[in-house]
Amino acid sequence: MVTGIIGRKVGMSQVFGADGVVTPVTVLKAGPCVVVQAKTVGRDGYEAVQLGLVEERPARTNKPTEGHYKKAGVPPTRVRREVAVAPGSDPLKAGDRVLVSVFADGDVVDVIGTSKGHGFQGVVKRHHFRGGAATHGSMFHRAPGSIGASSYPSRVIKGMRAAGHMGVDRVTTRNLRVVKVDADNHLLLVRGAVPGARGGYVVIRKAVAKKPEPKPQVETKKGKRS
Amino acid sequence: MKAIEVVERQQLTEKPPMKPGETVRVHVKVREGDKERIQVFEGVVIGLRGGGARASFTVRKVSFGQGVERIFPLHSPIIDKIEVLRAARVRRAKLYYLRDLRGKAARMRERKKTPTTA
Repeated sequence: MVTGIIGRKVGMSQVFGADGVVTPVTVLKAGPCVVVQAKTVGRDGYEAVQLGLVEERPARTNKPTEGHYKKAGVPPTRVRREVAVAPGSDPLKAGDRVLVSVFADGDVVDVIGTSKGHGFQGVVKRHHFRGGAATHGSMFHRAPGSIGASSYPSRVIKGMRAAGHMGVDRVTTRNLRVVKVDADNHLLLVRGAVPGARGGYVVIRKAVAKKPEPKPQVETKKGKRS
Repeated sequence: MKAIEVVERQQLTEKPPMKPGETVRVHVKVREGDKERIQVFEGVVIGLRGGGARASFTVRKVSFGQGVERIFPLHSPIIDKIEVLRAARVRRAKLYYLRDLRGKAARMRERKKTPTTA
């Protein structure tokens, strides 16, 4: 069984519970995907599959990529991502289809996307620096302030937070609950927000660091504990 | 955007068309322990917001001299039914100015309308 699938972010909506509780959800169009290449322990040293997302828009390929798809016997896709395969499951081969049905309602997933671009941003927006007072004679507004000591060490230590390009990073949102799987329309509803803009490509995979289900606290009377 | 509509279509419910300025009676299901009863909230619609399954509306009433506003998700399953009682001639989509008015000043000129329920 593959542990993930490629999708696109459609947008956000909400789902009502029976008691009127609203759950915020992100709608993802996940799949259908095809296996472009199966990686095996014998050949590649690890087990995984390379998936391609089947879309309406045709892919533009160069000759080497075309050959790669020809080998799998599938039409070229615009995006390809590698996802791990659950150990001990029957192996997939190139050309196999992967659908949203790999997930079920209530599953916990991670969603990997590319965050929205913000361009070159100052330190207040990019690193949540507090900045100075706007008025009362303050001459320190949004500047970064001191970036280190003087003659010792005579340099700025590496990793100092500064102004620069913000966004367009690979961002993983972990442990999102699958609210609903719509296999007919290839739609997946996950609780909460997902990185990136609408229409952005995302990889949805089974949560790698899932927290255990919280056990309901049962009240026991004092002294009666056995 | 079409996929969002697919998701939201299943959640839409039949509700009477409402407009700002209309006086409505919202029947809300209230759970108390295991029992469920209906509570009525009657007031003026001072604003409608959003579309699809995310649409909501704000109802304002004055209860014992204290203004009370409640925002209902239009398609929430806790709404049993909505009755539209009266309509008024208003010239704004959001009647937030009613918050600053009291008593006689908060009156609105009535517009003919047949009461509808759903």
